[in-house]
Amino acid sequence: MKKLVKSKEFGVLMVLVALIIFFGIASPQFMKAQNFFNISKQIATVGICSVGFCFVLITGGIDLSVGYQISLDIVVTAVMMNTLGLNWAVACLIGMLLGTGIGLVNGLIIVETHVAPLIVTLSMMTILKGISYLITNGLAIFKFPDAFVKLGQGTIAGIVPISLLFLVAIIIIGIFILNKTVYGRYFYAIGNNVDAAKLSGVNVKKIQLMAYGLCGFFTSIGAILMLARLNSAQSSTGDGYEFNCLTACVVGGVSSNGGKGTVLGAIIGCLIVGVLENGLAIMNINEYIQEVIKGLVLLVAVIYDTMSLLKNEKVKKIKAINVEN
Amino acid sequence: MIGDTILKLNHISKLYPGVTALDDLSLEFREGEVHAIVGENGAGKSTMIKTISGAIEPTQGTIEIEGETFTKLTPHLSRQKGIAVIYQEFTLVPVLSAAENIFMGEFIMNGMVLNRKEMERRSAELFERLNVKIDPTAKVADLTTGFQQIVEIAKAISKDAKLLIMDEPSAPLTISEVEAMYQIVDRLKEDGVTIIYISHRMDEIFRLSDRVSVIRDGKYITTVNTDETNKQELIKLMVGRELSETYPRRKNPATETIMSVSKLTGNGVKDISFDLQKGEILGMGGLVGAGRTELAQLIFGSEKIVSGEIIYKGQPLNMKQCPQAIKAGISMIPEDRKRHGVILDMTIKDNVTMPSLQRISRHRIINRNREKSVTEEYQRSLQIKTPSIEQKVKNLSGGNQQKVVLAKWLAMDPDVIIFDEPTRGIDVGAKQEIYQIMNDLADQGKAIIMISSDMEELLGMSDRIVVLCKGRMAGVLNREECTQERILTKAAGEE
Repeated sequence: MKKLVKSKEFGVLMVLVALIIFFGIASPQFMKAQNFFNISKQIATVGICSVGFCFVLITGGIDLSVGYQISLDIVVTAVMMNTLGLNWAVACLIGMLLGTGIGLVNGLIIVETHVAPLIVTLSMMTILKGISYLITNGLAIFKFPDAFVKLGQGTIAGIVPISLLFLVAIIIIGIFILNKTVYGRYFYAIGNNVDAAKLSGVNVKKIQLMAYGLCGFFTSIGAILMLARLNSAQSSTGDGYEFNCLTACVVGGVSSNGGKGTVLGAIIGCLIVGVLENGLAIMNINEYIQEVIKGLVLLVAVIYDTMSLLKNEKVKKIKAINVEN
Repeated sequence: MIGDTILKLNHISKLYPGVTALDDLSLEFREGEVHAIVGENGAGKSTMIKTISGAIEPTQGTIEIEGETFTKLTPHLSRQKGIAVIYQEFTLVPVLSAAENIFMGEFIMNGMVLNRKEMERRSAELFERLNVKIDPTAKVADLTTGFQQIVEIAKAISKDAKLLIMDEPSAPLTISEVEAMYQIVDRLKEDGVTIIYISHRMDEIFRLSDRVSVIRDGKYITTVNTDETNKQELIKLMVGRELSETYPRRKNPATETIMSVSKLTGNGVKDISFDLQKGEILGMGGLVGAGRTELAQLIFGSEKIVSGEIIYKGQPLNMKQCPQAIKAGISMIPEDRKRHGVILDMTIKDNVTMPSLQRISRHRIINRNREKSVTEEYQRSLQIKTPSIEQKVKNLSGGNQQKVVLAKWLAMDPDVIIFDEPTRGIDVGAKQEIYQIMNDLADQGKAIIMISSDMEELLGMSDRIVVLCKGRMAGVLNREECTQERILTKAAGEE
């Protein structure tokens, strides 16, 4: 128990609990089981994308193209299924390959040219946006096979959404990569001190490339689930998702300066953002006010992260010196 | 020359939660003296400086400046009373000129605009007083480290400092720059400035100071007149125990050649040739900028070789990046420990296993038990002092951090280990341990290349010394022919 209270995620978890209690009191609809499954459906995409996003953040990078990666992945998958009439599973596979490819291209440009990730992925975002609108002409594509739509809308035993299972699976894979494999360890090493990592024999370029590739891969899975849930593909669908992922990660304690954070933290961050959005919507709060609140949440999270970091370090250092002497 | 008490610390204690950084410390500084403070890392030297500079307030005790008693100081008040500190990290703005830096915060103005002329004139006066030739209009970034430090000193004395605190001023300097800095200290002393000089290096304490005070575990131990003591006695006072010999001797002589460098060129060095033998410590001397670190980077594969070759274990070593060198059994302990050696925010365990992570993994999945046992093995054998291997490296002292860097390479079982300034910023006790470890490694048949700017260390530890000058070989000296003078003349390119 003591270990749990001391763990990094505990504080964030308490914020989540507080939010749930607040909305529970404010609105009777909120506390229903059905609403929680709704939230889980709504956050499945952000949650899955955030796993990849936190890999990139941990290595000290950022991927702002995530939002329009979702759009392009969705549109291309939809065209494959609908216009070209391919089998839905094959179409999904192509969507996933595309997503991974975009991630790798981002990564390749960043590691080979050393241009700041912010600029590279911001440019990529605009490029992807353009391509996706070129394909759709701004129109929606709809009507997909039932088996495919079930991925996003279906449930098991009538209550547990299938998309929730995907989310859980991706979380487990994410935790495994970050905690159990050499790659996860290298992500942290590069994010903390890229020079020392390089001089320890870590192939920095390869690992960074991998982080962006994985980010693209997870994003494409999130995108496909979203397509199935909405049963409609539009170029504007992914707009703003990079902001949601960033907020979720930072709220969950993944440092925007690299080197710190966990998958579990990022997911709790997603839940906070998801509960906030859902709760505000149930309470009929004006949409624009919601935007203001979301922006504030990110700002507060970043400030809190930076401040608590400074404070903790002093106390720990003194304790350690004490032991040493 | 040396007059009355200028500064007095009366029974100063500083308590942090769970730690006593200063413990009833009383100390007296006299006007016009150079007063050295020695003590191991963590002894409380920096806490003491911060108390004097007003950065922290003492929990108990008083500070007396020229007869005036204070229970605490603020940075502003401390400045006003004529106290200035030169920290190890400079506080200069690289893109501004020397003159602008000197008057930073108190710019001389001509209405709304800076009066550059006047600042430059006054800076030139200051440099003249220090007897150095620095162009006041030169950008600080274009100055050498030694000159940057002089600008820092000029900045301090521009505000009529009566008491100058210097925290390890020689640490970033080259041999010739150190000599220039000594002369400045002498000059300031002639001008009647009191200097508190904190250092790890014994030779400079004996060269510069009038009195030496020893601090240990936050407590005042004693003050002695420098000319009435010696090195052994000081070291004994600092560590509180007897150290047998400064440089331990080795048993086994060098055996066979493991690496043969011929006409190596690239990364700013040219035509370097030497042999490295198993079981020897090959010293590498020269001024900073002579190309020693650059040469090490070539051997380690972190920079590209333009021409020449390295024959390693009878085969030409063909590498483009350091992972290949690491695989071949070459390790490097870099000069800048915090930037290149360790990852401060990660744990001891994570750092120690960083190069060998793939070896203790199966299918790229880390074997936690092996990771733990490997780390604990080196924690024991190198005596890394820590409550847990899960402790973050930034919470360790310099000596223990260096042991972590050592441990991570020893876990790779290397044949050649390059030490770049192995004991920089490490206290006396830990230095001894590092020397002992280096000797043990050589005894085990490892070949060691040691780059050092510390002349005593270079002479004391090396079997042979390669001297570089301006990126070229200036010569190889055997142990018998090594003297400080010969190395210096070669390093200066005069032989």
